[in-house]
Amino acid sequence: MDPSRRQFLKTAGVAAAAAAAGIVAKPLTAEANVHVEANPDRFGVLTDTTLCIGLNCRRCEIACAKENGNPPIDTPPEDESVFDHLRRTHENQFTVVNRYPNPHGADKHPIYVKKQCMHCDEPACSSACFVKALRKTKEGPVVYDASVCVGCRYCMVACPFDIPAYEYHNPTSPKVRKCTMCYATRTSLGRKPACVEACPKEVMTFGKRSDLIKLAYEKIQADPVRYERHLYGEHEVGGTSWMFLSGAPFEKIGLPEHLGDVGLPEYPRNYLSAAPLVMAIWPALWGGLYMFTKRRDELEKQEKEKGHETHDQEEK
Amino acid sequence: MAAPSIGRPAGSDWVREKIFLGMTPREYVRSLVTPGNAVAAVILAVGLPITFIRFTQGMGAVSNLSDANPWGVWIAFDVLCGVALAAGGFLTGGAVHLFGMKEYKPLVRPAILTGFLGYALVVVGLLFDLGRPWRLPYPMMVSLGTTSVLFEVGWCVALYLMCQAVEMLPPVFEWLGYKRLRQWAVGLTAGATVTAVVLSTLHQSSLGALFLIAPGKLHPLWYTMYLPVYFICSAIGGGIGMIIFESSLSHSYFKEQTKHHPHGEFDKLTIGLGKAGAVVMYMNFLLRWLGVAHDNRWELLTTGWGAWWLVEVVGFIGLPCLVYLWGYRKDNVLAIRIAAVWSVIGLILNRFNVGLIAFNYTSTERYVPRWTEIWVSVMIITIGVLIFRWMVNRMPILLQHPDYAGDEH
Repeated sequence: MDPSRRQFLKTAGVAAAAAAAGIVAKPLTAEANVHVEANPDRFGVLTDTTLCIGLNCRRCEIACAKENGNPPIDTPPEDESVFDHLRRTHENQFTVVNRYPNPHGADKHPIYVKKQCMHCDEPACSSACFVKALRKTKEGPVVYDASVCVGCRYCMVACPFDIPAYEYHNPTSPKVRKCTMCYATRTSLGRKPACVEACPKEVMTFGKRSDLIKLAYEKIQADPVRYERHLYGEHEVGGTSWMFLSGAPFEKIGLPEHLGDVGLPEYPRNYLSAAPLVMAIWPALWGGLYMFTKRRDELEKQEKEKGHETHDQEEK
Repeated sequence: MAAPSIGRPAGSDWVREKIFLGMTPREYVRSLVTPGNAVAAVILAVGLPITFIRFTQGMGAVSNLSDANPWGVWIAFDVLCGVALAAGGFLTGGAVHLFGMKEYKPLVRPAILTGFLGYALVVVGLLFDLGRPWRLPYPMMVSLGTTSVLFEVGWCVALYLMCQAVEMLPPVFEWLGYKRLRQWAVGLTAGATVTAVVLSTLHQSSLGALFLIAPGKLHPLWYTMYLPVYFICSAIGGGIGMIIFESSLSHSYFKEQTKHHPHGEFDKLTIGLGKAGAVVMYMNFLLRWLGVAHDNRWELLTTGWGAWWLVEVVGFIGLPCLVYLWGYRKDNVLAIRIAAVWSVIGLILNRFNVGLIAFNYTSTERYVPRWTEIWVSVMIITIGVLIFRWMVNRMPILLQHPDYAGDEH
């Protein structure tokens, strides 16, 4: 085989392999980026923030620590100073209660809001994970598998609610840590999460998500003065398992309202679907250019040699 | 600076010629005692204990990374900047082998070596930043998270590293004197170059696409659907800047090796690159405004963040573009070198803005790197420079091996 033909086959082979990779990659990328197979019976929790007493309670925090084998909460429930600043979840604390001043007036009761993983229907953390360590279960909770986690912490970058935390001081087996909605011990068996069970004021209701949405709207309709006319989490970032009712604008109680109703995995999705296309088209384009350049040089060379020959003949 | 040795002497002579640059071991060690090496030694001497602490007490012991700021300088500098600045490798490879711009051939090998080392060091940097670095192959073989942009980045970087390794084989075999292997490696170059261009365009943009999933966290002046386009285009700008910067440094530092390439001729290449730089920077400048126009963010330009955005876009894209242009019109090599360094700083500024500064902009808990984090990054660059010098002193990277004079590769 002459070298240029072999070269062509080689380049064509690379192009074909890349195109094949593109074809394979397409359904793979499509699979988990589209809307999750939503189980209509998946569980959720409805939190009525107007009922939470906060101070002198924090039973949910205590129950959570116990259920997950985390160290007990380090400040006693009656210690008011924990509310001086807003807290987030950490490696050893999967839920925290924060206090917000009541926007309807300083004389009004402050608002306490429990914070934990929202268990999104289209979790950004899960779509961001390049080893599928995070997964939305059909029961509703988003769970984590430490056995494949590489520790890149892209899930923490992706989470719109700043929930996943990391064991930065563990050199050998650091894990991403967050609320699992008590999946292993409770919700996978149909039992309510520990925090829900521990709440003395029945702030939280555990049940089928579809039932909870109905319940929430009944509550809003029954007492439109008490509640904002919005169920937080019904549509936010494509819907969450943990939903909130509030007497104050959600933005004022630490629940961001600018996130939109589109599941966050949607944003990189278009980009990802373009990648196999590039893999299919680019090699042919650049390979073709390479061959064109090579051929042009060869012709130039031939032309030059020919020129030399005629020149030599003329001299003779 | 001794020139690389040629041919294949036998036995201990081989070691002496190939490794010790023709000196006895004693002479060689003595030749290493230089101010530059002393600085490198100090950097390594402090860096090694930091490394030890990192891998025995966790990354929390040496970094200011936190739950609120999971990515710090190790990602923003080592990965985001490292990959972008290594773009010179695929740019020169593509220009010479695909576009047939033969006059730039002397710049191909140093640029590909820089690119190869850049990528290899990105991986070294990742070892520090990943919680379980020994699981680096997991996304490739154990559990494939195909919905993640990071999955694409991981695959592309791994494959691209291999491509560049293939492109580095000819000079390595020339150094070792393996003629037949060298011929075989040269045959692979075309495929490697094409694959490298494909992979580069993909993963340079993927690095920008990483942030598409966090619309609420990255400031809207930086967050646009064009992020992937910005990243590939700015990498081309930064890559050109790096080729100019790195080749100018090499030409003055390794004088002995670049004698064959007269200064006048080299200056012409620099001016040609300056023209390309001007065009690319102009494109980048326009693209950035396009994002503001598309998302209608004009009102944000009057805020503090807007001022910072203008510093980046006007100060570090627009101005170096003008300096490039001026240098090209006036045949002023110095101006082009200044513009090159300027645009490289601009690129670093951009990656820092996206990865750290404009990221988490609403958070009350701001990230400031600890000195040990920066030291690790500096140590990694130092290792890169040392390896670059070691290879350039031995292999035909800057000069052409006389056995293969007139050869295409």
